[in-house]
Amino acid sequence: MDFGILGAIVSVGGLGLIFGGGLAYASKLFYVYVDPRVEEVDEELPGANCGACGLAGCRQMALAVVEGKLTAAECPVANDEARAKVAAIMGTDAVTAEEMVAVVYCQGSPDHCVERFDYQGVKSCTAAELVGGGFKACTYGCLGLGECVDACQFDAMLMGEDKLPKVIEANCTGCGKCVEACPRGIMAMIPKNAYIYNACVNQDRGKTVKNVCDIGCTGCTLCANPKTTPSGMITMNKETNLPIFHYSIEDDSVLSVFKCPPRSIIDKLNRPEPPKPPKPEKKEKPVVEKQE
Amino acid sequence: MKKTFRGGTHPPEWKLTAEQPGEKLKLPEKVYVPILQHIGAPAIPLVKKGDEVKKGQPIADPGGFVSVPVHSPVSGKVVSIGTYPHAFGRDVETITIESDGADEWHENIKEDADWESVDAKTIRERVRNAGLAGMGGAAFPTHVKLSPPEEKPINTVIINGAECEPYLTSDHRLMLEKPAEILAGAQIVSKAVGAKRTFVGIEDNKPDAVSVLKKAVKDGKFDIKVVSLPVKYPQGAEKQLINAITGREVPPPPGLPMDVGCLVQNVGSCVAIYNAVRFNKPLIERYVTVSGHAVNNPVNLIARIGTPFSELVEAAGGYTKDAAKLLNGGPMMGSAQWTDMVPVIKGTSGIVVLNKEEAYISDEQPCICCGRCISVCPVFLLPTNIARLAEFERFEDAENLGALECMECGSCTYVCPSKRNLVHHIRFGKTSIMALKKKEAQQTKSKGA
Repeated sequence: MDFGILGAIVSVGGLGLIFGGGLAYASKLFYVYVDPRVEEVDEELPGANCGACGLAGCRQMALAVVEGKLTAAECPVANDEARAKVAAIMGTDAVTAEEMVAVVYCQGSPDHCVERFDYQGVKSCTAAELVGGGFKACTYGCLGLGECVDACQFDAMLMGEDKLPKVIEANCTGCGKCVEACPRGIMAMIPKNAYIYNACVNQDRGKTVKNVCDIGCTGCTLCANPKTTPSGMITMNKETNLPIFHYSIEDDSVLSVFKCPPRSIIDKLNRPEPPKPPKPEKKEKPVVEKQE
Repeated sequence: MKKTFRGGTHPPEWKLTAEQPGEKLKLPEKVYVPILQHIGAPAIPLVKKGDEVKKGQPIADPGGFVSVPVHSPVSGKVVSIGTYPHAFGRDVETITIESDGADEWHENIKEDADWESVDAKTIRERVRNAGLAGMGGAAFPTHVKLSPPEEKPINTVIINGAECEPYLTSDHRLMLEKPAEILAGAQIVSKAVGAKRTFVGIEDNKPDAVSVLKKAVKDGKFDIKVVSLPVKYPQGAEKQLINAITGREVPPPPGLPMDVGCLVQNVGSCVAIYNAVRFNKPLIERYVTVSGHAVNNPVNLIARIGTPFSELVEAAGGYTKDAAKLLNGGPMMGSAQWTDMVPVIKGTSGIVVLNKEEAYISDEQPCICCGRCISVCPVFLLPTNIARLAEFERFEDAENLGALECMECGSCTYVCPSKRNLVHHIRFGKTSIMALKKKEAQQTKSKGA
């Protein structure tokens, strides 16, 4: 018998109906309930899968948020708008987190910090550190082989010509991957609205630092002096001989940048040196004393 | 056929100083004695600035069981205690002593007439008090090796005179000049651990040392066998030497020679053990070969611990014009130094200065999968695979291939036709694996708490 084209349509169409029915039944039988909010939260998250939250990716983060294990504040990459949306989906109060940005705590380019020897080994900071504690005279300073640049997933870092990494702030999401990657603790996170920081991690004191680098923090405590920073934003850590910046205290003064003898404190905005009003007052005082 | 181990390579020997008798180096004006000269915890300084010390006086106490004391190598005055460059790479706390030129021994150092009858415990005590650390290069505290746990008895003692590193001849000269002391020291070691058999393993590029020691064994009626081994690197590594002489294979780390009932001591350590047990003399001087094609007159020197490298190189006629690289130890496993201020320590068997041509390192080329590194690896690893996994930060896979078993002998890097820095890659992998393990342990600890 010959059914012609009609036969083909009927048989293939029939097969399609049978399989379609099977699939429809299977989808009912093996249905897994997924909270619809997971999808919505996932939409709002950055989708970079950087892992800064400590989970494998944004989908896992969304699951954790819906389960109530995490809040949107745990994602350092998301902005406040996204956090508010996530909070709205979850029906919780909007959480805000301080936006952070990466900074390089070293200015020891080869012009400032000499290299002890020629390094010929594997081009990675951790590997270079194994050879006699690094080729730089400063055993705290940046080795400049770019492990932090490799770790950055947002194209926010590049290696400068002075063999020091540079942060492109517009791209930096504050995920903290570079901080994890650096074997020497030179990468750090500071709030986005903070502009001054101490670009040195050398814990030695005075002469030892000067011997290896002319731009390193000598631990002189001038920046933490109440005369320089009356607000108490800068204090000294006596164990590390380094200043600590308390960014929670608001202080717009840039005096510490200019008081720092080796200029290891940096102002990102390059603001000019403030005028010096207190000086004439000081001159007057001793004159008064003499008269008495 | 002579016995040897599997794998290994044969770099040029360059034993330039084999005919040079050991010369006593003139007393240095200042010695720099680091408190860390061994593997283990650093010693704790006993003296302070301005103290007068005598030669052989303890100046630092051991900082734990796996640690040894440090003694003053000269008589004089402590001028400073502070950080100073060290052959291990990083700066280490160092006691600087200015010599008064009198070179007087401390009063506690005298001969024990009854030294041949002391028991094992006293031997261990005297060895520890003398500050002995292995003199072959790794500087592991000797008394720890002499104290095996009861469940792992030692039946074979092997004295290591292989000296497989190119250039170095300090052990060779020691065997020619002090054979009786070496054998007496070997006997003390055997007695301390209760071993039944004692061997001395020497590579056959030193036939004079083999015959001198064989004669000394006959003269002194020692129960010691001198074994001549074919020349191959790394024959002087203790696990390879055990395999070459006894045929036993030491299990991979944490396996130790004591797991197969063996104990290996360097010839230099034997002489030091003899001096410690008989004369109560601490370890304050050692044979150091100063060699390489970039020193004018390569020599063997008997130098005090703490003498800066610069003085030894000067005694060897100074650097030639094309000197490029200074090494503490031989060219295979020695570590490059960035300054010649670093002092001689207990593990400094030689100082090698390479010229530009020898020190030249060409850029790394891609692996061509020739498998030479695999055929020479004395611990049967796949160096090329481990190095590649470490390079791409796949540390878990590298660990599964046994990265932690690598002893960093450098045979693979030496034979690699693509000039890949295999050992450095593997060492990077090892450090990262250890760091990850530490991190994991901390995490589980914090979770438990």
